Amino acid sequence: MDFWFLIITLGCYLLATLVWLGYLWFPQDRLHLYGTWLVGAGWVSQGAALMVQTLDLGFFPVGSLGGALGLFSWTLVAAFLFLNWRHPVKVLGALLTPLAWLLVYGSWILPHPGEIPPLLQSFWLTFHIGAVFLGNATFTLAFLGGILYLVQERQLKTKKFGFFYKRLPSLETLDALNYYCINVGFPLLTLGIVSGSLYAQYTLGAFWQWDPKETMTLIAWLLYAGLLHARLVAGWRGRRAALMAIAGFLVLLATFFGADFWQRSYHRFGDGGRFL
Amino acid sequence: MTLVILGLNHKTAPVELREQLACLAPDPAAAYQRLRLISAIQESMLYATCNRVEVLFATPEPDAAVPQIRDFFIEQPELSGADISAALYEHREAEAVSHLFRVACGLDSMIMGEPQILGQVKAAYRLAAGQQATGPLLNRLLHKTFSVAKKVRTETGIGGLAVSVSYAAVELARKIFGSLAGKTGLLIGAGEMAELAVEHLKRQGVTRLIVANRTMARGLELAKRFGGEAVSLAELEDQLLSADIVISSTGAPEAILTKEQVKNAMRRRKQRPLFLIDIAVPRDLDPGINDLDNVYLYNIDDLQGVIQANLEQRQEESVKAARIIEAETLKFLKWRETLEVTPTIVALRDKAQQIWEAELKKTLPQLGPLSPEQQKSLEVLVESIALKLLHDPFLYLKRNHHPKNRSRELDLARRLFNLDPDRQEDLL
Repeated sequence: MDFWFLIITLGCYLLATLVWLGYLWFPQDRLHLYGTWLVGAGWVSQGAALMVQTLDLGFFPVGSLGGALGLFSWTLVAAFLFLNWRHPVKVLGALLTPLAWLLVYGSWILPHPGEIPPLLQSFWLTFHIGAVFLGNATFTLAFLGGILYLVQERQLKTKKFGFFYKRLPSLETLDALNYYCINVGFPLLTLGIVSGSLYAQYTLGAFWQWDPKETMTLIAWLLYAGLLHARLVAGWRGRRAALMAIAGFLVLLATFFGADFWQRSYHRFGDGGRFL
Repeated sequence: MTLVILGLNHKTAPVELREQLACLAPDPAAAYQRLRLISAIQESMLYATCNRVEVLFATPEPDAAVPQIRDFFIEQPELSGADISAALYEHREAEAVSHLFRVACGLDSMIMGEPQILGQVKAAYRLAAGQQATGPLLNRLLHKTFSVAKKVRTETGIGGLAVSVSYAAVELARKIFGSLAGKTGLLIGAGEMAELAVEHLKRQGVTRLIVANRTMARGLELAKRFGGEAVSLAELEDQLLSADIVISSTGAPEAILTKEQVKNAMRRRKQRPLFLIDIAVPRDLDPGINDLDNVYLYNIDDLQGVIQANLEQRQEESVKAARIIEAETLKFLKWRETLEVTPTIVALRDKAQQIWEAELKKTLPQLGPLSPEQQKSLEVLVESIALKLLHDPFLYLKRNHHPKNRSRELDLARRLFNLDPDRQEDLL
């Protein structure tokens, strides 16, 4: 059942990628509209696939790397659709749609089975995962915006204007995107960490165990906290903010995949957590 | 009827001649009066800008008309004594049509793609129409010209890029700040280019303007003109706190702002972006300023570089524009062919025949079995009704109208009988 929904999703995201690349060449509002609808349709279909998987497993499919990637791409597209509605940066879709497609495809080919032990299946874990994933999704958008910012800034600084100069929005718009995303993502990540740690105290008897995933998330959290602080106090914006958003994202990326390399991590995918 | 353009422009006329072009034919009424005296031309339009003077006319006898239009040029008192025969060019028919399209689209202008020329052609057309110098052919041609120019503008990037220093500066500002609404401009010194840029900025929504000048009196004068406030050069560093866009154009031999000063200001303004435009020679602003984060410094050479790149881009776009023009020229000529008498009569007869044949086909089966003679006489009946009805229109079309009116009558007949159904959208 979820197979067909995923096929539809992949089709929609692929078409959306093509439309958005077309938008890059011919920036017409019509194409942006079609792209948005395609992404929206893919997102609904992917949501249906996730629902089927969740009903099958009895819990969100976060027990495996593939499943987690699928859920993450879904929250990422959700965050993008929200951003596209509230704070549109039209070319962003040209980066996001191929990424969404890759993530869904990756979740497809990566290992799937991964039961979540019944003990962990609680509202708090849902909350923990939801907040962290949504936070990561907005940070990903900040990262994509940061790349666009660096490209545009480089052209304005070196005074060599290439293909992207006309097609990218103003620096101010891209910087505002960075601020907006990190402003939304930071409280979400904070909530995710706090709820996870409360839940860990409740189930494992300790708030914080210096699990690799916890440690690296803490590093990312500190980075983003530092960025927000520096922006407010010292006016860190523009290039520095973009670089920080990229650095923060790389740490999060390492967090997401890296925990699997540490055998002792209980955030590890695959065997449902070592502790249970 | 032949369409002809006779004229001279910046490519064919030397600069001395061009200097006199601007004031050529200052009195359109007199000029059209003079053109009306040339019996060989039926419709005419004259347009003169600082870079070209051209007469567009429709004539049944081009070889008789052209020398007379040449005389018209030579007679202009402004050009007396000058030898213009070498500068004059002549385009006929397809060439004339596409030349007019090219002119209106700015492809023939000194600055490729400049938009003013279209307005000038429009104004000239209004004048000519007011003088009743144009007829159906030129009316049609000019309306076509305006739609072609619009098409070229929307479908190619020919007019999309800034090609003046002041406008290039504004475009850069928009790439940095997005909207310029609510931003503050700071003008240091004065000068034509700087003031033009300030005007552009104001039009883009820059609300506050600060003017810093070596002499306070001049500063006050400029501030008054642009609705800004005047400050002295000594306060410059403090003014950097509120300014977003700085245009510097002083005659000072040494730098007005150093990197250190701007660095300090950036710290105090919490790194809000700052766009500095230095159009002074020698430069007013320390080139090292551009290395600072969130600061963008452009000097006159940088802006010229932007313009050069944009011009090259326009050149590329002009190929696309030429393609559109070629296609539209063909379309126009095709339309004009239909303005001949014989094709119109043939078309009208064909239309009538189609109608009667269709009606016969519908009716005959309902009449039951008919003998071949009966059927024949029925066919003769419908055919003769249709042709008798058309007889008078045919005679009317064939009558030897005054050539001035012929194309008008033909046009009317074609519209009355809807002979060009796909032309509907082109109706004026």
